[in-house]
Amino acid sequence: MNQTPKPNSFRSGPDEDGRFGIFGGRFVAETLMPLILDLQAEWEKAKTDPEFQAELQHLNTHYTGRPSPLYFAERLTAELGGAKIYFKRDELNHTGSHKINNCLGQILLAKRMGKSRIIAETGAGQHGVASATVAARFGLPCVVYMGATDVERQAPNVFRMKLLGAEVRPVISGHGTLKDAMNEALRDWVTNVDDTYYLIGTAAGPHPYPELVREFQSVIGKETREQMMAAEGRLPDMLVAAVGGGSNAIGLFHPFLDDESVRIVGVEAGGKGLDGEEHCASLTAGSPGVLHGNRTYLLQDGDGQIKEGHSISAGLDYPGIGPEHSWLKDIGRVEYVPIMDDEALAAFQMLTRTEGIIPALEPSHALAEVIKRAPKMDKDQIIVMNLCGRGDKDIFTVGKILGMGL
Amino acid sequence: MTARMDNKFAALKAEGRPALVTYFMGGDPDYDTSLAIMKALPEAGADVIELGAPFSDPMADGPAIQLAGQRALKNGHSLKKTLDMARDFRKSDDTTPIVIMGYYNPIYIYGVDRFLDDALEAGIDGLIVVDLPAEMDDELCIPARRKDINFIRLTTPTTDEKRLPKVLTNTSGFVYYVSMTGITGSALPDPSKIAGAVERIKKSTDLPVCVGFGVKTAEHARLIGASADGVVVGTAIVNQVATSLDKEGRATADTVQSVATFVRGLATGVRSARLVAAE
Repeated sequence: MNQTPKPNSFRSGPDEDGRFGIFGGRFVAETLMPLILDLQAEWEKAKTDPEFQAELQHLNTHYTGRPSPLYFAERLTAELGGAKIYFKRDELNHTGSHKINNCLGQILLAKRMGKSRIIAETGAGQHGVASATVAARFGLPCVVYMGATDVERQAPNVFRMKLLGAEVRPVISGHGTLKDAMNEALRDWVTNVDDTYYLIGTAAGPHPYPELVREFQSVIGKETREQMMAAEGRLPDMLVAAVGGGSNAIGLFHPFLDDESVRIVGVEAGGKGLDGEEHCASLTAGSPGVLHGNRTYLLQDGDGQIKEGHSISAGLDYPGIGPEHSWLKDIGRVEYVPIMDDEALAAFQMLTRTEGIIPALEPSHALAEVIKRAPKMDKDQIIVMNLCGRGDKDIFTVGKILGMGL
Repeated sequence: MTARMDNKFAALKAEGRPALVTYFMGGDPDYDTSLAIMKALPEAGADVIELGAPFSDPMADGPAIQLAGQRALKNGHSLKKTLDMARDFRKSDDTTPIVIMGYYNPIYIYGVDRFLDDALEAGIDGLIVVDLPAEMDDELCIPARRKDINFIRLTTPTTDEKRLPKVLTNTSGFVYYVSMTGITGSALPDPSKIAGAVERIKKSTDLPVCVGFGVKTAEHARLIGASADGVVVGTAIVNQVATSLDKEGRATADTVQSVATFVRGLATGVRSARLVAAE
């Protein structure tokens, strides 16, 4: 793929078949195909409908609390002694992460389509909580599929979803993590085709999901651009974000893809190291394949069977990645690197103590990469990192690892 | 190759009865038992064999077929071994059509061209790939048709009149009508509704229309077979395998026999379908 000529714009994808280069597409059962085409038709109408955009913007402002601040991390910058570090603070959003940006957009689509039931999959539970939240806000019943393993390790989020009125269905098939939850959500959708809207949580799945999730998350990058111009009068030198499925990252990256001066780095979960099986670095250590409706980089064996990933962060614990990231990797526009569990954990603690912010374990991966790079950069250079989630949900996991009883 | 399939359906048409299409999971619970099951199927009355190729993430399948796939994979089964099984079967049977049914990723990783060459050489007559809708025909359907391997497409209750021609365009061998919106192994809907759907599809194609998903008993097979050109049974056969296994999930002396007995019952149902319909 290295020979692929560079396109005039990195922001024009996907094509009408949902492809980013060879990635993306619509690999779904025939039963779902008409539903996906309906969604695409509705999305095409909604994205140019001023009323839809106005309603979404209103909710973003008054319900989520957007724009989220762009915060100069003065003490961390001083401590690392290199580039200026800014955080895009999507962890301050209602529900505690960037996931709400996408959920609000999609529930408005569901409403337009006259759907009366919401289903979602979740790993760490952040998307499940955001889905349950918007379902409550719009008075729709919501079923969240969550791997049984994740139900156990993310108990606070399970409780939040139940409080919000959602039904959490633990998935025991497979290994009981995010990919199994997604399989089960697809099985539900294929069974309940008339009334159900599938609210996918990341920029993956069959077309048009990768595109519409990206568009709803791009509010992150658009705000960052304006805020950075206001704060520094110029664009940043580098963007850094964690990638699991990749929705917060594509949301930050997309508005900057055509700005050549901006280096862009996506951070994958390196787990316990890439030598073994216990990681989720599908871009660094995987290969292209087809799963959950799209072609993308996957962790798989030589027979095309999908492997289970591992990450300290349940939100990154997925053996695939959004198809646009696969394309951005192959054409070389974005650099993707792994960060190990222990590096993320150290970054988590460092931010807590230098800035008084407890980050989620997902952006802690991005932060660990910032900690590596900032000291090697000049003091007049600028890094923006997406602080896409807060760490309240992770205190039990971290407490257990650090040997601190809660 | 396409001739074996066409000949089979032509013979059944002359005989005046629907086909019994039987699905089983290749490699479940182990290669030898699974091959023995495959060999027993035609003798028990199966007309077409759907050879299931296991996949780690079978998003259109219910628990029974998911677990069967997991048993097969745990014992080291693979797409290559699925082809080996067909090749072994062909040593003693050169007339029963074999359709591989599974998901795209193992084929994509095997390499589409290499897979089609090996499949043809192993005696495969058709492919059913659940996650390749008509929109993705360039991936596998068109290359398969070029090499004279049937590509059998699923049509579903959500495939409306407007969409049906697109779905049928590159389909060959037979059309597989999925009786319901749902996963394999769900409850069978009202047979009269299914008959209506089959009639609707038959207006648009000369291909045989086989009906599957939810067919569990000889009585179901008889009712569906009254209007359809074929009846597909999968989960119920896989369940026969599952219930015959020992506590460790290994085959027992009953495994092959219980499948054969069950299929013989289905065959009786299929063979009485038109007699009843004619009454």
